[in-house]
Amino acid sequence: MSSATIPSQTSLPVGRLKSKTVRRVREWCIMGLLIGCGVFSIATTLAIIIILGLETIHFFGLDEVSFVDFITGTQWNPLLGAEKHFGIWPLICGTFLVTAVAMVVALPLGLITAIWLSEYARPGVRAVIKPVLEVLAGIPTVVFGFFALTVITPSLRWLHEGFNVYNAASAGLAVAVMCLPIVTSLSEDALRAVPRSLKEGAYGLGATRFEVSVKVVTPAALSGIIAAFLLAIARAVGETMIVSLAAGNAAKMTADPREEVQTMTAYMVQIFLGDASNFGPEYYSSYAVAATLFLMTLALTVIGHRIRVKFRQVYE
Amino acid sequence: MLSRSTGILAAAAIAAALSLFVGNSSAQAEELKGAVKIDGSSTVYPITEAVAEEFGAEHRHVRVTVGISGTGGGFKRFSVGETDISDASRPIKKKELDVAVENGVQFIEIPVAYDGLTIVVNHDNDFIKSLTVDDLKKIFLDGTTVKTWKDVNPAYPAIDIKIYAPGTDSGTFDYFKEVVAGSDGSIRSDMSVSEDDNVLVRGVAGDKGAIGFFGCAYYFENTDKLRAVAIDGGNGPVLPAKDTIEGGTYAPFSRPLFIYINTKSAERPEVDAFVNFYLENGPELAEEVGYVRLPSQIIELTKKNYAARKTGTQFLDKNGEKIHGPLAEVYK
Repeated sequence: MSSATIPSQTSLPVGRLKSKTVRRVREWCIMGLLIGCGVFSIATTLAIIIILGLETIHFFGLDEVSFVDFITGTQWNPLLGAEKHFGIWPLICGTFLVTAVAMVVALPLGLITAIWLSEYARPGVRAVIKPVLEVLAGIPTVVFGFFALTVITPSLRWLHEGFNVYNAASAGLAVAVMCLPIVTSLSEDALRAVPRSLKEGAYGLGATRFEVSVKVVTPAALSGIIAAFLLAIARAVGETMIVSLAAGNAAKMTADPREEVQTMTAYMVQIFLGDASNFGPEYYSSYAVAATLFLMTLALTVIGHRIRVKFRQVYE
Repeated sequence: MLSRSTGILAAAAIAAALSLFVGNSSAQAEELKGAVKIDGSSTVYPITEAVAEEFGAEHRHVRVTVGISGTGGGFKRFSVGETDISDASRPIKKKELDVAVENGVQFIEIPVAYDGLTIVVNHDNDFIKSLTVDDLKKIFLDGTTVKTWKDVNPAYPAIDIKIYAPGTDSGTFDYFKEVVAGSDGSIRSDMSVSEDDNVLVRGVAGDKGAIGFFGCAYYFENTDKLRAVAIDGGNGPVLPAKDTIEGGTYAPFSRPLFIYINTKSAERPEVDAFVNFYLENGPELAEEVGYVRLPSQIIELTKKNYAARKTGTQFLDKNGEKIHGPLAEVYK
C-alpha cells in the first residue's frame, strides 16, 4: 500500500499543473459552447422578430392597405372578390372561437384531473396515468387534425345537423384534447408542490379531503395553475395543423362554433401552400397576421408572468 | 391528401429498402439515379402521380416527387428553376413567362390530357338537374345577392348555398373565373377555398346545399358522394364524359392539361427518361385516372416537339396576348 502511494505523491504536482491547464481549457471550451448556444437561440429569435417587423412594415406601406382598416376591419378577403379587404377581425374571431371551445373543455377537465391525480389517486394509479397523459402530448398535431375530421366532425353532425363539414367546434375539441396533458401535468406539478404541512394543518382542523383539495391546496397552487392555463391558451391560439384541417378556410365574423371559420394560423398555411402566386399584398398580409399573433401570445406570456408574481405564495 | 402522404411514405420506404441493395450489384451501375422534382396543379397531379409510380417501378433509383401547389404556385417555383417539371391546368401566363425569361429558364410545353372542369353538388341534392352559365354567374359573381338555391331558381328549395372552390392560385379557378366572370370580372369572396381538391370533395359531400368545382378525375373518383351537374352552354345540358369532353360539346368547361419541362433539366438523363416515359404512357394513365386521352395526332406532335426540344409557349402571341381556340388548332 505504502509503496503504491509514494510514486503517486511525487508525481502529484506535475499532474496537478497539467490538469490545471487542461481544466482551464476545458472550462473555456464549455463556456464558449454554452455562450454560443445561448447567442444562437437569442439571435434566431431576434432575426425572426426583425423579419416579421420588416415585412409587416412593408405590408402596411403598400397602397392597397391601411393600418386603421387592418385593426378595425371586419372583412378579410385578400384573395377573392373585386375589392380586397384586409380587416384582421374575422381571423381573430376564428382563432378565439376555436380557442374558446378548446379551453371550455380542456381547462376544467385538466384541472379536475390534476386534483384527482395529486389528491385522490393512489400512488400506483398515478404512476400509470400521468405518463400516459404525457404521451398524449407527444402525438403529432396532424393526427389530432385527422381525428377531428374523421371522428369528431361526423359525431357532431350525427348529434346535430347544423354543423358544417368544417367547423370551429370540431377543431376546438381536438385542440382541447391536445392541450389536456399540458394543463393536467403542469397543474398537477403545482398542486404537489404545496407543502405537506399546509394540508396536514387543514386535516388537523377537521377538513374533509374535498375541502382540503378545493379550499387549501388549489388556492395555494393558484399561480402555477394559472401559468398552466395561460400556456395552454397560448398553445391553442398558435395551433396550426388541427385548425387548417378541421376548421375550414372561410374567414368570417361568427360566434357560432358550428360554422366554418379561418384562424390566423390557417390563413398563413393557405398563403404559403401556394394560394398567392405573386408577391402582392396578400403574400405580405400573412406577415402582418403573424405579427398580430406574435403580439397576442407575447401579451399572454407577460400577463401570465404578472399573475404568477402577484399570486405567488412563498412557503417556508 | 391521405393518398399523397401514403405515396410519399411508400416512395421513401422503397428508396430506403433499395439503398440496401445498391452496394452489391455492379450490374446496376448503368441504372439511372437522381431525382425529378415536380410541382403544380392538383388537377394534373393524378396523372403525374400515376406516371411517377409506374416509372418508379422501372427505375428504382430515381426519386420522383410530385407536389400540389396549384398551377400558379407550381409556376412560381418552376420559373426560378426550383423544379424540373411543372403541372399546369392552364397555359403559362405572360407574368410567369417574364419571370422565367428573367431567370434564364427555358421550357418545353406539352399537353397531356383533356379535362372537363366539373361542377358538382351533393349526392342527395335531387333538385338541380342542370345549370346554365348564367345560373353560375348568379351564384358565383362578386356582389351577388344569391343566398339560397331558391334565389337561383324559384323552383329550387330554400336551402343555403355553400361554395367549395379551388384555391385562387389554381389553374382550375383561373379557368372557371375566365368563363364565368370574364377576364376583368371577379368571383365572390365568401367561399371556402382550398388548394387540396380532396378538401373540396369532403366539403361538398357533407352538405346538401353545397356546390363546388374541380377537374373531372376527382369527380369520377367520388361518384358515390357527389353528383355532376349538366352544363347548358347554349345547346342543351351536357354532362362531363369522355366523348363530350373530347368532342368539345361539354362547353365551355372542356380544357387541356399540360406539363412544362425545364429545358436544362431535360438534359439530365433521369428527367429525360421520365418525360419520355410520360409521353409514352401518359395518355393511357390519364384515361385510367379519369381524364380524356388526347387525339393521336396531338400525342405524336408532343413526342416530336419534345424530341426537337421545341421551347416556349404556344398560347401567348408575340405581344403576350392569350391565344384562344381548340387545342388541335393552337398547338402545333
